[in-house]
Amino acid sequence: MVEYGDIRVVYRGGSKINFRKPVISNDSRFLLCASGESVKVFSSVTEECVHELRGHTGQVTGVLLRPSNHLQVYSCSTDGTVRLWDFTDGILVRTYVVGYPVYSIYASLNHKEVVFIVTPVQSDKRTELFQLVAVNLPQTPDQLVEARDLSAVLSDVSSNPSTIAFGRGGEYLASVNNLKMEIYFFKKNKSYSFSLREYTKNGGKNTFTCIACHPKDDCVATGHDDGKIRLWRNFKQKKEYTYSTLHWHHSAVSSLCFTPEGTNLLSGGVESVLVQWRYNQENQKDFLPRLGAAITHVTVSPDGALFSTSHSDNKITIIQSCVKVSAVIQGLVKGENVTTGLLVDPRSKALVLNGRPGHLQFYSLQRDKLLFHLDIVQQEYIHEAGLEQFEVVRAAFDASGLWLATVEERKQKSAELELNLKLWSFDEQTQSFVLNTTVSAPHEARITAMCFSQAADSQTTTLVSASRDGHFKAWQLGLPAHTDDEGPSWSCDFVGAYHGLVPRCCCFSADGSLLAVGFQEVVTVWNPTSWELLTTLSQPPGDVRNLCFGQLSCSKYLLGSNNKKMVCCWNLLTCSLEWSTSMDVSLLLVDSRSENMAAFCCQDGSTDLFVFKPSEPRPLFSQKAVCSGRVIHAVFTPREVMLESSEESSQWLNRSQLYFLTEFMDLLTFSTKAEEEKLMASSKQLVIDDTVAMTPFYLLLGKHRHEHLGNEESAERTPLPQSSVAIKELLQTPAHVLPATSFLCSMFAKSLLISVTETREENKHVDEEMESEKEEEDSDEEVETKISRPEQEAKGVQGGESTAPTLTKTQVRELRRVRKQDLSWITGLLDS
Amino acid sequence: MASFKPTQIPDLPKLGEKITEDTLYWKNYKAPVQIKEFGAVSNIDFSPVSPHNFAVTAFTRIHIYGPFSQEPVKTFTRFKDTAYCGRFRSDGQLLVAGCEDSVVRLYDVGGKAALRMYKGHTKAVHVADFTTGRYQILTASDDYTCRLWDIPNAVELTAYQEHTDYVRCGVTSKLNRDLFITGSYDHTLRVFDSRTEKSVMTMDHGQPVESLLLYPSEGLLVSAGGRYVKVWDLLKGGQPLVSLKNHHKTVTCLALNSSGQRLLSASLDRHVKVYNTTNYKVVHNFDYAAAILSLGLAPDDESIVVGMTNSILSIKHRKNLEEPKETSKPRRRPSYRVFMKGKNFVPKQDDYFVSKPARQHLAKYDKQLKRFNVSKALDTALEAWLRRKKPEVTVAVIKELDRRGTLKNALAGRDEEQLSRLLCFVIGNFFDTRFTPVLATTAEIVLDIYQCVIGQSAVIDRHLIHLQKLLEKEIYYQKDLMEILGMLDTMFAFSLLRKELICVLQHYDDLSQL
Repeated sequence: MVEYGDIRVVYRGGSKINFRKPVISNDSRFLLCASGESVKVFSSVTEECVHELRGHTGQVTGVLLRPSNHLQVYSCSTDGTVRLWDFTDGILVRTYVVGYPVYSIYASLNHKEVVFIVTPVQSDKRTELFQLVAVNLPQTPDQLVEARDLSAVLSDVSSNPSTIAFGRGGEYLASVNNLKMEIYFFKKNKSYSFSLREYTKNGGKNTFTCIACHPKDDCVATGHDDGKIRLWRNFKQKKEYTYSTLHWHHSAVSSLCFTPEGTNLLSGGVESVLVQWRYNQENQKDFLPRLGAAITHVTVSPDGALFSTSHSDNKITIIQSCVKVSAVIQGLVKGENVTTGLLVDPRSKALVLNGRPGHLQFYSLQRDKLLFHLDIVQQEYIHEAGLEQFEVVRAAFDASGLWLATVEERKQKSAELELNLKLWSFDEQTQSFVLNTTVSAPHEARITAMCFSQAADSQTTTLVSASRDGHFKAWQLGLPAHTDDEGPSWSCDFVGAYHGLVPRCCCFSADGSLLAVGFQEVVTVWNPTSWELLTTLSQPPGDVRNLCFGQLSCSKYLLGSNNKKMVCCWNLLTCSLEWSTSMDVSLLLVDSRSENMAAFCCQDGSTDLFVFKPSEPRPLFSQKAVCSGRVIHAVFTPREVMLESSEESSQWLNRSQLYFLTEFMDLLTFSTKAEEEKLMASSKQLVIDDTVAMTPFYLLLGKHRHEHLGNEESAERTPLPQSSVAIKELLQTPAHVLPATSFLCSMFAKSLLISVTETREENKHVDEEMESEKEEEDSDEEVETKISRPEQEAKGVQGGESTAPTLTKTQVRELRRVRKQDLSWITGLLDS
Repeated sequence: MASFKPTQIPDLPKLGEKITEDTLYWKNYKAPVQIKEFGAVSNIDFSPVSPHNFAVTAFTRIHIYGPFSQEPVKTFTRFKDTAYCGRFRSDGQLLVAGCEDSVVRLYDVGGKAALRMYKGHTKAVHVADFTTGRYQILTASDDYTCRLWDIPNAVELTAYQEHTDYVRCGVTSKLNRDLFITGSYDHTLRVFDSRTEKSVMTMDHGQPVESLLLYPSEGLLVSAGGRYVKVWDLLKGGQPLVSLKNHHKTVTCLALNSSGQRLLSASLDRHVKVYNTTNYKVVHNFDYAAAILSLGLAPDDESIVVGMTNSILSIKHRKNLEEPKETSKPRRRPSYRVFMKGKNFVPKQDDYFVSKPARQHLAKYDKQLKRFNVSKALDTALEAWLRRKKPEVTVAVIKELDRRGTLKNALAGRDEEQLSRLLCFVIGNFFDTRFTPVLATTAEIVLDIYQCVIGQSAVIDRHLIHLQKLLEKEIYYQKDLMEILGMLDTMFAFSLLRKELICVLQHYDDLSQL
């Protein structure tokens, strides 16, 4: 991150949630998963993120329920710490400093206050050897604890957490690495190792990929690269071990898991099918197919009611006992390449980009949540390596968000390219896009650019697609055929070409009256209504890479950048070059809400940003080395609430935000200091209001209550008079056995006053009351333990000083004495 | 768990004419009844009164057919020579007809002999009609005259000698008993008023006029002559409104449908075209076996009667909508109780409600694809009715198999019968441009797989040779097309010299897609 004045580059959205196995809490209400530098606690019912446990300074590499307390969770990180959290409240309980980067964490009930972690072998950092180390966690009340009591258990283990597992309540520990399995028995303090040949006779690869141990039985299940699952038994001797093989997966098994009772074994792989094997009846299998993407982890809740699978598309699926999917927690999907670029849906203001294969994802930037996936290809996805799939390569929205155009392509090795242009209309009723027209093979070669006419008020919009076959085509919504019950559909309106050159980019002016198409070195300007070539604009040699029209007051300018490090600005009124400058612009984009334009220049490994107005010679803002690597795509997103920044350098961020995607698939944005402060404030606000639901009624009442809170803080804080046992007894005793009210009254009133010192008189009676005091002792103790928490103690002191009419012990005794007095003389009096 | 996504059957553009309301309406006729007459059928006239018999003038006879009879109910044969233009009076009682021998005869529909004979013309009378006054007859003849006759007295009332060539058509106004219009081979249409001596309006059609038609409102007049059909606005003093040129031979006959919304024109080019009278676009087309001379439309469009030069009378009756219902016996359906069984069950308080997931209906081939049974999927897609009725489904399945990378597996291992079925399908649909890309890959793979067994089966060899011949033919054809394209290119380039920058027009692209 680079500091620049008060504008800085920040990461936005979509941390990975499928990096490590998630953990389901004992009551199945929460699901915890490592996500970047924090642990996220999701509700397993509502899919919402309940807490985010922040504190680690490195990537969180493991989450583990504390075996002795199911409301606490350990997390480990590459920053060399293990942290203990109370995840229901989101509080950090303790931090154990280990000192070495931790890659995974294990624990078992058998080993109290010991966790097992995988750390790199310190002696040699280059070879990437890892070892399993037992860490004794010291039991101290401190927040920060040094845990240096390490003892190596196994060396040469894999850093992948699914390769180590505890068996049968922690009696032994099994680890696999490459072709070797090692089982370590804690009692005997001895380990056995088993190894396989690299290839089987049939050519399958035997490499171990994952392991799971049966919770009740001496059985270890291992997954292999060729899709086989081996169940090992009788491994207490080195020689007489046996194994049986299960084979369903066609490629590597990525995760294995036994259910808590050990009746079922779950496995998952790239096929995205969850397979449930019956233990001891392995020919009976259940399948849960079509989970969407390759399964990376499978977990079961401790009570066996919920399964969860993590998928390669940054998704966690929660399944109710292998029957039905009950919830899906989906993060931003980051594929290998985002070919559609970044788009903004004008309707929902969501960021739109490639998601799952063949889908477009709509991602809400404000809520950092994936809204939905739109299935573009509408074909069954076949999970097979090396298979050519249809991919969404281009997408465009029209200005009103009513129409979405997508291009999907599939490149076959032998035959020609398959291209489909699809036009989707927004359906108000279902609130989603509905396929309107499919044009198969709209062009003979790849489509290089596609854009809609941006004029918002026009009745019919035009779509222009430019292709490598040397043509650009204009598509228009045709009139509905009056007898067909289908609505109107899109058809080709015009085919344009220029001297057989290849068009690389196209752009409509803001009012839709001009279309600029860049044919290699020549920029042509067309009239979209009559399809007349209006003019051609010359430029220094080099293929045009980007074209954009200026907005608002600068709409007379057309800007273009080419691959020969030139940026040119033409004045469309005079059809002449206004200015040009030498700059290697890789990306040029325009903010539709202001005159500003942004240019990303790639220079030796890092990218610079310039924000400028076409009419002004000086850039509004420039920043060197915005990020490392190339910026592939960028987009201006309109802000919901405009910022009011007075500083000149950050004014360009007032109306819209600039998001950009680097070649490493990081989604970054610029944020100003004012914005961050606002964010911080809002997050604090949230913490306070956490307990009360934000209903309209609350909002109405909330103000009122806040005012009261200020005035009557002290009054509200005062605890109610503690009902002492004695007073209760006094009040509950039937009236006819009590002494006269006048006799009791003064004493009772006195007890409500603040006692200053104990009088001697009272001391006299102490001896008498010894035995009754003893029985009361228990209850007093209880009270004391209750208020052991420091905050409450402090509160108690404050309250006591103000008004609290607590009874002192002596007063209680007094009262009790009175009650126990022999009152028979009263009856005598009454009788006489 | 997402549900299985069934194979996408592309909604292919329909080749041929588009289905519109008009095509549906005009196609809703039964197969024609063909009746052989004694000579070319020159005129067909429907009786204005029920049961709407029609008079067919052919050679020396006039036959009157009932609406559903295939035999004439009445015949008038007392003509010395070819009869022309047998027409009913508005009450359907009288029939008038001209003749080659220049005598106009008047018949009672019930009788046999002519009631009256009107003599005065010197040449063949091709036009005879009753005026709306019911007691006068209009005739027009090859002697360039048109005359009005008094029916009872059989005397000539007026003669107009304004035309300068044969008068071959004429209509009388239905609203005004004095107005009538004639069309002649001198290219003119003349509007006469019997109260005046001369024609009141003259229009030039530009071609010898063959037929005339007045709209029911009588504001518009339609004339046919040569290849043209022209519409004239009489209220604007005979201004030409539209000129239609949709036939490639002389238009011989005109008719208006019962609603007045569609105009029909019949021509010697063997077509009957139906025009929309609001925009005068052709909305439907009928083909006939021979050049058409006469056309008649029954009231309510119940039947279309066409007379042709090969002396065949073709009658098409409208399909009755209720008929198919009667023919197909209503199948016994399960009773209401079966459907409602358990539907209205109200769960009790402690019942645990298990919702049944909705079953996704999949086509047979999709079921096989879901199970990855690729060969079986292809087999089901190649079932006889599917590959004949819906080749696009079969092609879509083949495409889906190709996308899954398993087309080769699906095609391999077939016996002679299965293979010949597959090859039949490939050959049958190979040159459908919508299917060519997919089927070309299929054919390639088939050849690759079954290379080694060529020569073992006569059936397969025959199919392969057939395919080869077809391919050669297609290549030859494509070559020709390319040559034409080259010629067109030069022409376009020449015509576009003025605009130097535009190289390509839409036409070019359309042609290149051929």
